[in-house]
Amino acid sequence: MSRVVRIAAGLVAAAAAVALVLVLPHWLSDARAAEFARAGCFFIAILGLNLLTGYTGQISLGHGALMAVGAYTTAILTANHGFRDLWTIPLAGLVAMGAGFLLGLPARRLSGLYLALATFAFAVAMPALLKRFSGLTGGSQGINLFDKALTRSTGALGPVHVLGRTVATNDFLYYLTWGTGLVLAAAAWVLVRGRVGRAFRAVRDSEVAAASSGINTGFYKMLAFGISGFYAGVGGSLFVLVSNWFVSPTTFAFDKSLLLVVGAVVGGLGSLAGMALGALFIQFVPSWAGNVSNAPGAPSVFFGAAIVLVMILLPSGLGGVLRKLTEPLTTRL
Amino acid sequence: MVGAADWAGVAQQVVAGLSSGGTYATLAVALVLIYRATGVVNFAQGELAMFSTFVAWTLTQHGFSYWPAFALTVAASFGGGIALERVVIRPVERASVLTVAIVTIGVFFVVNGAAFWIWSPQVKSMPNAFSTRPIRIAGVAFSISDLGIIGVSLLAVLLLWFFFRFTKLGLAMRAAALNPESSRLTGIRVSWMIALGWGLATALGAVAGLMAAPPLGSFDQNFMQPILLYAFAGAVLGGIDSALGAVVGSLALGVFLNLLGTYVSWVGTDLRQAAALAVILGVLLVRPAGLFGQALVRRV
Repeated sequence: MSRVVRIAAGLVAAAAAVALVLVLPHWLSDARAAEFARAGCFFIAILGLNLLTGYTGQISLGHGALMAVGAYTTAILTANHGFRDLWTIPLAGLVAMGAGFLLGLPARRLSGLYLALATFAFAVAMPALLKRFSGLTGGSQGINLFDKALTRSTGALGPVHVLGRTVATNDFLYYLTWGTGLVLAAAAWVLVRGRVGRAFRAVRDSEVAAASSGINTGFYKMLAFGISGFYAGVGGSLFVLVSNWFVSPTTFAFDKSLLLVVGAVVGGLGSLAGMALGALFIQFVPSWAGNVSNAPGAPSVFFGAAIVLVMILLPSGLGGVLRKLTEPLTTRL
Repeated sequence: MVGAADWAGVAQQVVAGLSSGGTYATLAVALVLIYRATGVVNFAQGELAMFSTFVAWTLTQHGFSYWPAFALTVAASFGGGIALERVVIRPVERASVLTVAIVTIGVFFVVNGAAFWIWSPQVKSMPNAFSTRPIRIAGVAFSISDLGIIGVSLLAVLLLWFFFRFTKLGLAMRAAALNPESSRLTGIRVSWMIALGWGLATALGAVAGLMAAPPLGSFDQNFMQPILLYAFAGAVLGGIDSALGAVVGSLALGVFLNLLGTYVSWVGTDLRQAAALAVILGVLLVRPAGLFGQALVRRV
């Protein structure tokens, strides 16, 4: 019975989320819609991080670099190979998935902090590598699709026509990122409730116990890295679109990787709704901090203080609070 | 690929490498200290060291010479570290390791921003700690500053080792880190031991910052970030639970980086960090718990 109630509650929550995403642009200014679209990209990447860290227990400080892989796949395919930007999004996910598998290789042997350093190395190396192979990536100038592939950049020339309706560019980008985000969140929800999700959690809770129950822990760790990479790649690909069709090595400096981990933990690992809150946190809190005072360094002080406060007041993250609030609804029925 | 190497040149580069490695080692030991006490990497360690350095810089602007400013700053950092632990870490003492790690990232932002707010983004320069003259040993000219930095770093780490090895308080701190429950039963105030660990780590960080700043010539509020990266790498290379490992790992890393920068020209400044981390990754794949770390035997 309680399982049925749980699933029903999940469906109601999902329907509410879809409805909220659909109607929100009516109250948003154009600039706000663009900011929400950016948050949508973070949401997708953090969903991937949640699968990896929240469900499989593997730490990654390198997800910003996986986003970069996705972003550059989109930029290079659109600028040099005649693809339309929207079609490159799934391809960017697949390429980043490959990179995720590779990043998962050391995870077969390393754990905890040693794995954190390995993934961090990837994040630190990425901007340097992007500058080094400038023939492909445009070096430190980056790639500007607005100049190079204006006609293949959807919405760059003005409003977009979808299903017989005209949608302003930033609203279109908002719907694109959050629509993709909801689909991928649903996929994650299905995944963690199945056989693979059970294996992930077994690896997280005790690797030795998982291995002795016949779970190929190395395989599932790499799988988690690969799937997580797909999410990060899609997020990175969309990030190019919402950053005025522009990407450069500094877009994905290692602080993006740290920011994603902050978003995931502040949101509350293990909670899908929490991931959306975490994404909104890392998108909006820094800019609000900038509004409080724009003296040099002041925004950073307020942003850091907000992180510390949330963690002290809500050690299980914003999602943990949501779960506590909704628990009576699902358990009493 | 490898340029002509004369022995005097190599010796100079090795000493210069040990000097920067000594700074990494001091900060790496600070990381290990907090890691062993609380199980987290303190992402704010480098920024705390930067803040201490700026405090010392302010003192030198008000008529203090280098060494009195050094002593005052290290003492103040010890107190500041304890106070910081009481205010922000104590409330999350029982939360998950990841939560505590994120709190230290928050502290990173606060301290970095506060330093920009207080001291303006203009670059600063610090008076020299040691004579800038070279000294000739066996016909090779070494920099006195390099040798001095190596000496101070090793001295700081040795003092800490003496404290942990030969004092009752040090023993209590080790016990609290190793087995908090049993320590509590024997009357050790575990929570205060952690605070003390933060104090010592912040003081060590101040030493690292104050050694690192003068040779840079000019520095800004971000100058400790690459040093934190190397200290982290050095500590992990040595095995994050071993202080000796952290020292050896950091010194080796310092020398390696310096030789790499001098003799392997295709590794530009851009790729130096990446190359160093790649080598460490290679070492870790062979020894997953670092050079001196102990492989964990897990019980289910």
